[in-house]
Amino acid sequence: MKSSAELQEIRNKLRMEIGYSLPIQENDIRIVVGMGTCGIAAGAREVVRTFMDEVEKRGLEHVKVTQSGCIGKCDAEPIVEVTLPGKETVTYVHVDPAKAREIVASHIVGGKAIKNYMK
Amino acid sequence: MLERAHIMICGGTGCTSGNSKKVMEEFEVQLKKNGLRDEVKLIMTGCFGLCARGPIVAVYPDGAFYQHVKVEDVAEIVTEHILKGRRVTRLLGSERTESGEVMPINQTPFYRSQKRIVLRNCGRINPENIDEYIAFDGYKAYEKCVKEMTPEGVIQLLTDSGLRGRGGGGFPTGKKWLSTYNAKDDQKYVVCNADEGDPGAFMDRSVLEGDPHSVIEAMMIAGYAVGATQGYVYVRAEYPIAVQRLQIAIDQARAYGILGKNAMGLGHKFDMEIRLGAGAFVCGEATALIHSIEGHRGEPTQKPPHLAEHGLWGKPTVLNNVETYANIPQIILNGPQWFKSMGTEKSSGTKVFALGGKIMNTGLVEIPMGTTLRTIIEEIGGGIPNGKKFKAAQTGGPSGGCIPASLIDTPIDYDNLIAIGSMMGSGGLIVMDEDNCMVDIAKFFLEFTVDESCGKCTPCRIGNKRLYEMLDKITKGQGTMEDLDKMEELCKYIKANSLCGLGQTAPNPVLSTLKYFRDEYIAHVRDKKCPAGVCKALLNYVIDKDKCIGCGLCARKCPAGAITKSDYIAEGHKLPSMQIDVTKCLKCGACMDTCNRQCAISKK
Ligand SMILES: Cc1cc2nc3c(=O)[nH]c(=O)nc-3n(C[C@H](O)[C@H](O)[C@H](O)COP(=O)(O)O)c2cc1C
Repeated sequence: MKSSAELQEIRNKLRMEIGYSLPIQENDIRIVVGMGTCGIAAGAREVVRTFMDEVEKRGLEHVKVTQSGCIGKCDAEPIVEVTLPGKETVTYVHVDPAKAREIVASHIVGGKAIKNYMK
Repeated sequence: MLERAHIMICGGTGCTSGNSKKVMEEFEVQLKKNGLRDEVKLIMTGCFGLCARGPIVAVYPDGAFYQHVKVEDVAEIVTEHILKGRRVTRLLGSERTESGEVMPINQTPFYRSQKRIVLRNCGRINPENIDEYIAFDGYKAYEKCVKEMTPEGVIQLLTDSGLRGRGGGGFPTGKKWLSTYNAKDDQKYVVCNADEGDPGAFMDRSVLEGDPHSVIEAMMIAGYAVGATQGYVYVRAEYPIAVQRLQIAIDQARAYGILGKNAMGLGHKFDMEIRLGAGAFVCGEATALIHSIEGHRGEPTQKPPHLAEHGLWGKPTVLNNVETYANIPQIILNGPQWFKSMGTEKSSGTKVFALGGKIMNTGLVEIPMGTTLRTIIEEIGGGIPNGKKFKAAQTGGPSGGCIPASLIDTPIDYDNLIAIGSMMGSGGLIVMDEDNCMVDIAKFFLEFTVDESCGKCTPCRIGNKRLYEMLDKITKGQGTMEDLDKMEELCKYIKANSLCGLGQTAPNPVLSTLKYFRDEYIAHVRDKKCPAGVCKALLNYVIDKDKCIGCGLCARKCPAGAITKSDYIAEGHKLPSMQIDVTKCLKCGACMDTCNRQCAISKK
């Protein structure tokens, strides 16, 4: 039998998942990974998976990771755009899994963009 | 791993018949093929409402809303959108913003005036997974009731909310529960009416298919409030998906100990079962439904005694409609003022309508009470197809009436609809255009009630049959002006003397059309004409011998061999024109549909 406390546990556990079954909200932080053929060839899929992993591990409910097509700067792929609510979009280039984890720690969680990884 | 995209595929009855199951299977295949299966969650969900454009596939969090999705489209959605982040624009519908971009789905005319409370979880959760219901605050309302409120408090809250029965009558739900609460007995029952027999209605079915737990939770709340420990859902066997999902939901709730002897460890006992109906319209009537559950013939009995004192197996019983129940958990969680803030003074909240007939966006819509018919038809419904003119809307099914175009600005609520001679009914809304004959419509509904009358009382059994015969006579051009007066008199007699709601409301389609479209009746009777060109006995197909080029296409299509060459050759034509033998003509219209020069054949 599930007690009401256990039901609450289910709610907490699924809160993250639910976020991904709803449209993006205004106060969400957005991470957009360029996933054109060029981006994928440069390793963008692994970057997406890394972001998802970080988001889940850290329980970052209001962070949404999505993809976009090629933006025409193929030599800079994988390109990642990070938008905090009400702030200007920051574009990172040549992102790899290690940089992705740093971006989450510093920019998403800490609020400090990493200048070195920008173009 | 946390999935980065959720693909929701509509598993409602409409989209299922449009092959959405196969679409789901193809997504399985394509996601695996692209190595994306663990990055994406695939969910078969309830009805999104826009059935006319099904099968629907929504992708979140991007909020892409794909329409008319075919199995062949799936590979493209997966490789383009899911993999590369490029939406497949050609499947996103035609609505564009001012800047020319695909309009976000919640801003489209179909959705922007809707308010989804009853349907909130349809298109959002997998109805076959109780965890997803729980995640969206499921069973929290029940917990709140048992932990923080007295039964009287729950009933008072419902009374304050102004919730009225969505099954048709509009009886205040709080008041109903109070009578059952006040009845003293060792056993009481909670029953849910999911019979939904009106032609064209599929609201309750969609709620059970898309969000069965909301009904279970509300019935548990009812059990707590009135002191009942057992519930029954009476649902027609013709709703296999609804029955199956409800059974899965009940089983899962029981396995979690939500239903059972000590629900959620809160010390309250409640369990429930499904009872299948055989699909008789009259079994939706409260007393007939109770008899049917008891294993008796589904026939109504006199009220009083009311179900609140003498219901199922003679015990005090609460009976509510599916949609009524589905509102209740939200009202408990958000409070009566929240509910009252929607709708009109005497009809709070929303109403779900099954929109059908001559309308672009056939489907399921939920609107705040007080929304005008114009908004429903012109904005949400997307207007009438083929540039035809709106003529009337039929609400309330066989018990309701036709609302003429002149009343299109009427705000829809219980009292307004009654005032104009129709009724809310359970929520069927059938739109008619200039090609619909109102006498024929009245006849259609009467034929239905004659068929569905249980035959127990004379006014309904014989009265409606006679009424039907008079309508039939009129559509054949054999009616007299006295017949119109006689019909009105008979209608009043049937309404006043029938035993149950079926007979008492059956004449409404006739009365309302007689009131608003009397001219059309008179045209049938006096001029022997059907202005809409529907009643076959009153129309003839004629060929304009000067326009006909004599190609003979129509003669080959005619199933009755009624078309032959004439001996007339029009000026400038090489072949003799065709002619129709009216004694052989079946009036099927096949000739008119095939004619090369559409103007050559017409209905007169
Ligand atoms: C002929 C007839 C058919 C009915 N069919 C239904 C039905 O299919 N579903 C329904 O909920 N109520 C139906 N009703 C209304 C029920 O008798 C009853 O009023 C209703 O279920 C009460 O629930 P509510 O107060 O939540 O609306 C029907 C009534 C009549 C007279």
